[in-house]
Amino acid sequence: MNIIVVGGGKIGLTILANLVREEHNVVIIDNNPEKINEIVNVYDVMGVCGNGCDCEVLEEAGVFKTELVIATTDSDELNMLCCFLAKRMGAQYTVSRIRNPEYNDNSLSFMRKELDISMAINPELLAANELFHMLKLPSAAKIETFSVRNFEMIELKLRADTPLDGMRLMDLRSKYNAKFLIFAVGRGDEAYIPDGNFVLKSGDKIGLTAAPAEIAKLLREMGLLRKQAKNIMILGGSRTAYYLAKRLTQIGNSVTVIERDKRLCEELSEALPKAVVINGDGAKQELLLEEGLHTVDAFVALTGIDEENILLSSFAESQNVPKVIAKVNRDELIPLSEHWGLECIVSPKKLISDKLVQYARALENSAGSSVETLYKIMDDKVEVLEFKVKSDFPQLQIPFKKLETKKNTLIAGIVRDRKIIIPSGDDYLLSSDKVVVVAANQRISRLSDILS
Amino acid sequence: MNIKMIIYMLGRISFLEAILLVLPLSCALIYKENTILAFLITIGIALGLGAVCSLVGRTKDKAIFAREGFVIVALAWILMSAIGALPFYISREIPHYYDAFFETVSGFTTTGASILTDVEAMSKGLLFWRSFSHWIGGMGVLVLVIAIIPTETGRTIHIMRAEMPGPIVDKLVPKVKSTAKILYLIYIVLTAVQVILLVVGGMPFFESLIHTFGTAGTGGFGVKADSIGGYSPYLQWVIAIFMLIFGINFNLYYLVLIKKVNSALKSEELWWYISIVVVSAGIITANIYPIYKGFGESVRHAVFQVATIISTTGFATVDFNLWPTLSKTILFVLMFIGACAGATAGGLKISRVVVLFKTIRANLRHMLHPRSVDSISFEGKRLDKETCNNVTSYFAIYFISFTIMFLLISFEKFDLETNISAVAACFNNIGPGLAGVGPASNYSAYSPFSKMVLSYAMLLGRLEILPMILLFSPSVWLRRKAKKK
Repeated sequence: MNIIVVGGGKIGLTILANLVREEHNVVIIDNNPEKINEIVNVYDVMGVCGNGCDCEVLEEAGVFKTELVIATTDSDELNMLCCFLAKRMGAQYTVSRIRNPEYNDNSLSFMRKELDISMAINPELLAANELFHMLKLPSAAKIETFSVRNFEMIELKLRADTPLDGMRLMDLRSKYNAKFLIFAVGRGDEAYIPDGNFVLKSGDKIGLTAAPAEIAKLLREMGLLRKQAKNIMILGGSRTAYYLAKRLTQIGNSVTVIERDKRLCEELSEALPKAVVINGDGAKQELLLEEGLHTVDAFVALTGIDEENILLSSFAESQNVPKVIAKVNRDELIPLSEHWGLECIVSPKKLISDKLVQYARALENSAGSSVETLYKIMDDKVEVLEFKVKSDFPQLQIPFKKLETKKNTLIAGIVRDRKIIIPSGDDYLLSSDKVVVVAANQRISRLSDILS
Repeated sequence: MNIKMIIYMLGRISFLEAILLVLPLSCALIYKENTILAFLITIGIALGLGAVCSLVGRTKDKAIFAREGFVIVALAWILMSAIGALPFYISREIPHYYDAFFETVSGFTTTGASILTDVEAMSKGLLFWRSFSHWIGGMGVLVLVIAIIPTETGRTIHIMRAEMPGPIVDKLVPKVKSTAKILYLIYIVLTAVQVILLVVGGMPFFESLIHTFGTAGTGGFGVKADSIGGYSPYLQWVIAIFMLIFGINFNLYYLVLIKKVNSALKSEELWWYISIVVVSAGIITANIYPIYKGFGESVRHAVFQVATIISTTGFATVDFNLWPTLSKTILFVLMFIGACAGATAGGLKISRVVVLFKTIRANLRHMLHPRSVDSISFEGKRLDKETCNNVTSYFAIYFISFTIMFLLISFEKFDLETNISAVAACFNNIGPGLAGVGPASNYSAYSPFSKMVLSYAMLLGRLEILPMILLFSPSVWLRRKAKKK
């Protein structure tokens, strides 16, 4: 597919890197020649130097035969104008980054329609939603949600004292007598799709799914359940913090936001009447303790500086705060901070690029069954994809034990009439089911790709 | 320094050469010649070397940076030539390995300088291989590797930059691989058209192939002692025009291909190229008019010789060594200018010369008006300081290298004109020079040492100096040792 990415900033670059890995033909437009040079040296893309809203520049980038234009510059207005022009000049789909909260209300759908923008992406809002899910189920390091509301997959890290250490998956299922599935295991640098004989070790990262009614029970029995966060401290008054605090206060949680900038504090307190807004330097440990770090259920570090987030999260962890989440934007810092013992990390960049990879893959197969949701987990080695089963899928109604599937793929869940089935060998697919597939070290863009 | 990846790439090159050698082998089979064994042994050696390199070079770390790119390109070309020289040596048709190496380097670098005293006595298989190496070397071996072998890293652009001639290497399409494929496609189509035109004109098929390979790569190896002189005027015109065609930037052909003819015609470099050809051919025609029988013949010889020198090919229809000094001087100057960037030709490249002159003009104006602000533009775009600096420093390093090599071969007993034109002809990948190395003679009289120096000159010229010099620069290798600790 031919894709143009406008703007080579942090977000643009991550999107570009992921799209290149998907083997799309990518052209990058940026007005900084040095940046273009740097990108072209590292990634297999073509660079065009200029303003993304300049028709000549868009023409040089080949907008006429482009399927997808993604505008990711700092300026919302520039992004929207660029998408509008690109669409008029012949691009099939356009995606614009729109992050100003003032645009992200009722006016968004109107603007999207009038400007003919196929999708608006807001990294901060996405991150806030992700954080919200994490706080609602603090046992998990990460949660993936799908198009059907209550179907969730959780990722968690087995601590040193876990009762699961040294257990075979087969035995696990008989011991806990619940319908659940461990669909992926990450150990060291490798990721596995385990079978029944797989033995778990402490320190593994596991991906787990279960029927929604049983998930809490199961976690309790496994000794993994932690209580839901009700009292939350947020460090930094960024847009993400605003969206998150808004959602949390709406359901009645108590939220404290700490922000250094006086003016921003005033704006926040106006926008978030139910939250406590503190004006002070969050890097001072004394201030955190004074504002009750010992009594909160969760601590979320959302300042603009990765290092500060990581360090203060470590501090919070040392003060035995039950749930600590840090926002880390730079890729190279994520493994480092995991190494330091931080389990929960949110990266807005990664959320966005997952979303766009999914979007591009769905566009590629708009004829056949298309990808509805896509997540990359376990350091991007494992993909979790949601498909809608079409009536032309060749293996309908065949029990899974007879189905010949490729190595390192797994059907991890089926949603039929809003009911969730954790599949076993006797289950089968029907048309218009939604199915969640897990695949390690390969690229799946159609449901039939899992058949061998 | 990612040594394993370098070895791995060299292994691929070795395999590729084994495959390419099948063509001359089949040629030898068709003509039932006794060089079959020589080709088979060489293929065996290339395959063995490739297998060893692939085993040793297996690694997960596939990162190639600019440094690796330069080293891979430099080593690949030396390896290609070392293997490619084996058939000549094993078959004993060229008894000394250094002579065979010179001949093969001359082939791959599309120079066309020969040490053979009697070309017509060579077997057909070896003649084919000699000319086929022009064709491979013209567009670049590693570009071919990029086009056909899957690579995972996005940094292969470094390899392409190091191998493609010209100051700025741009991609035609987002992917390096597709760019390489498009370039080769254009190359193959143009080659096919020329073969057809030559065959139509009555040239035997084998000779058409040989001469087309020589033209396409802008090499200049032929099969006759008098090069193209014995063929009909039609055939001479076809070759002259195609030499000029292969001297044009291939990106322009791509623009024509995607129906952007207007932007192709707007190319500044193209117009400089055409003007230089027309003006020099005009002067030479007037200058040599008294020697030949008519206007037509004078024009033909003038255009052919200008085309052969400016495109750095090295065919000849007459012994231009016998021409008046003015004509010889013009040809000598054209040797340095060369053709367009992004073509298969050697030399300095017209774009560099134009940028250099524009820089000089801007500097002169700056001296007269110290507060003036000058911007230099080329191809309708403003050039940044860095590109201008690169071009001027390329000139400096070009003439320093030229002088050193000229000094090195001055130990020989030849006259100044022979030596200086020998270095110029090898360094700019042309082939025949003037006087003792003119179109009617060859390089066989030089000592083995001078032949090695000239071989190095050819590689320097083809890879545009930097890779071959960086290969011997300590800092490229020293950092590796520090890393190993």
